[in-house]
Amino acid sequence: MPGPEHTGVIHDIGYQHYEGPRLGRAYASRSLYVHSVRGAFGLGRSAWAKVLPIGLLSLACMAALVLVVVNTQLPVQVIDYIGIASTFTYATTVFVAIVAPELVSTDLRANLLSLYLSRPLRRSDYALTKLAALATAVFVVLAAPMVILFLGMAFSTDDGISGVFSEAGGLLQGFLAAAIHAVVLAALALPFAALTGRRVFATGMIIAVSLLTTPVSGALLSFSTGDAAYLAGLITPGNLLNGIDRWLFAGGTFDVGPYGPVYGLVAAAIVAVGTACTIWRYQKVKA
Amino acid sequence: MVLIETNALEKRYDEKVTALADLTVAIEPGIVGLVGVNGAGKSTLIKLALGLLEPTGGQIRVLGLDPRTDGEAVRGRVGYMPEHDCLPPDVIAAEFVTHLARVSGLPAPMARERASETLRHVGLYEERYRRIGGYSTGMKQRVKLAQALVHDPELLLLDEPTNGLDPEGRRAMLDLVHRIGTEFGISVVVCSHLLGEIERICTSLVAIDAGRLLRSASLSAMTQQSGLLLVEIDEDPAPLLDALVATGLEVRRQDRALMVRLAGDDGEAYDLIRDTIADLDLSLHRLERHRHQVADLFRDAPTTEASYARS
Repeated sequence: MPGPEHTGVIHDIGYQHYEGPRLGRAYASRSLYVHSVRGAFGLGRSAWAKVLPIGLLSLACMAALVLVVVNTQLPVQVIDYIGIASTFTYATTVFVAIVAPELVSTDLRANLLSLYLSRPLRRSDYALTKLAALATAVFVVLAAPMVILFLGMAFSTDDGISGVFSEAGGLLQGFLAAAIHAVVLAALALPFAALTGRRVFATGMIIAVSLLTTPVSGALLSFSTGDAAYLAGLITPGNLLNGIDRWLFAGGTFDVGPYGPVYGLVAAAIVAVGTACTIWRYQKVKA
Repeated sequence: MVLIETNALEKRYDEKVTALADLTVAIEPGIVGLVGVNGAGKSTLIKLALGLLEPTGGQIRVLGLDPRTDGEAVRGRVGYMPEHDCLPPDVIAAEFVTHLARVSGLPAPMARERASETLRHVGLYEERYRRIGGYSTGMKQRVKLAQALVHDPELLLLDEPTNGLDPEGRRAMLDLVHRIGTEFGISVVVCSHLLGEIERICTSLVAIDAGRLLRSASLSAMTQQSGLLLVEIDEDPAPLLDALVATGLEVRRQDRALMVRLAGDDGEAYDLIRDTIADLDLSLHRLERHRHQVADLFRDAPTTEASYARS
């Protein structure tokens, strides 16, 4: 800026019209996406908004550090990348329950939709962008500990460069599992969060759907045999995702027998229905 | 170019509530006051113009485009300040306006620059790095105005911009709107249920009532001098009325004053009135060309049950 700004005098040069480029819908969605992913971790918001999401992310990373130590000290590897996706599922569910309301309930509460929808964004653009932002945030929470595990394992491998490549392959598989987890959890949680402007209610609903079904599923897994045990994981999101890990990556915490594709179908259905509900919900929101 | 043009525009909610019925109006560039009582359909008209609502009948065109089919193009060129609260409390004003500038399509560096410029223009420069939650109502209204202005729209739609402000704040907000319309050269449609308040800054007024057009005219046409002369004397005007009628002038009584219609040579009528009053030995209190008051015009309009509150 030219001129003597150090004097603190603001020179009024009058109103300047904007002659530059005006980018369209895609750019508008991208801007909202970046803003939302940042907002999911409390960036650009108050210090309190950062506490829970950043706290959970740090816990996940610290757990990964501990796992690196355990893995390298013990003769057998206790956890791999898929294992992180499977065992961290409940923590990520909690993360989703906190972050999904942050992304959509606060906008509803503050009536922000009327400002977004009076711009080149469409209603469905808003819904899909928020969904993508939530999935990205969940992916980060799962992928960050995997990266830490990879760094730890790659530096301590005894097999030289081939060991590093084998770890990298595992990491890519882990990323794929993390992406599946992220998309399913986001599509499951966002429609609930979009129902209310009260964050507490939204968090409560997501917790209820995701975690209260867990003991039922757990009991069925433990006390039944055969097909019932194989299918018991379907009724709660955490075990559903574990089932997919078992089916696709031979990970997971329980056996799904021949029913792996059923887990895949149910997950795909959740993503489709969740996305449709979110879009439908935002057709109804008053601008 | 006409800013907003509607033809037999109709909007019903749930087949029952009629917000707009058969509204045909052309809004020309300038600072346009959209007046009507609460519930007259002002906000509905604005939302139809933005393409946020679908009309149930008739047509609307904004800046020559149809908001139903070219919604994105319309919304890219229009700025909208809603009536209700619409700001997140825990975000810094400068960041918020920058973000919305980007959603309007401005590249990041330009968005940042224009956000700061716009906040300065609305009078929030020193405070722009504070969180919106700590702002007063007046400052929040300014942030709302800034987000509508940040992408340099061709048309600004302001829904009750003085809502919730004290008299000083209302005056400042209206002065700002006036500056935007004149110095910045951006056309403004400003909604208000307070006619007396916005007539001061507007170049034309559109009055709607119960979803119908009551009256639409430029303000100069509305407040132009009428061909009437107002005569007020301290005494009972009855004898003067008779005397003036006797001289051949067209006179009628209005409360304590007399209205004299001017025809042909003005000076003659003035002289005649002066002489008549002198002859009757009355004391003249007031003699002036009568001007239409905007509010009077609306009061005289066909559907007059709507009363316009004056601040």
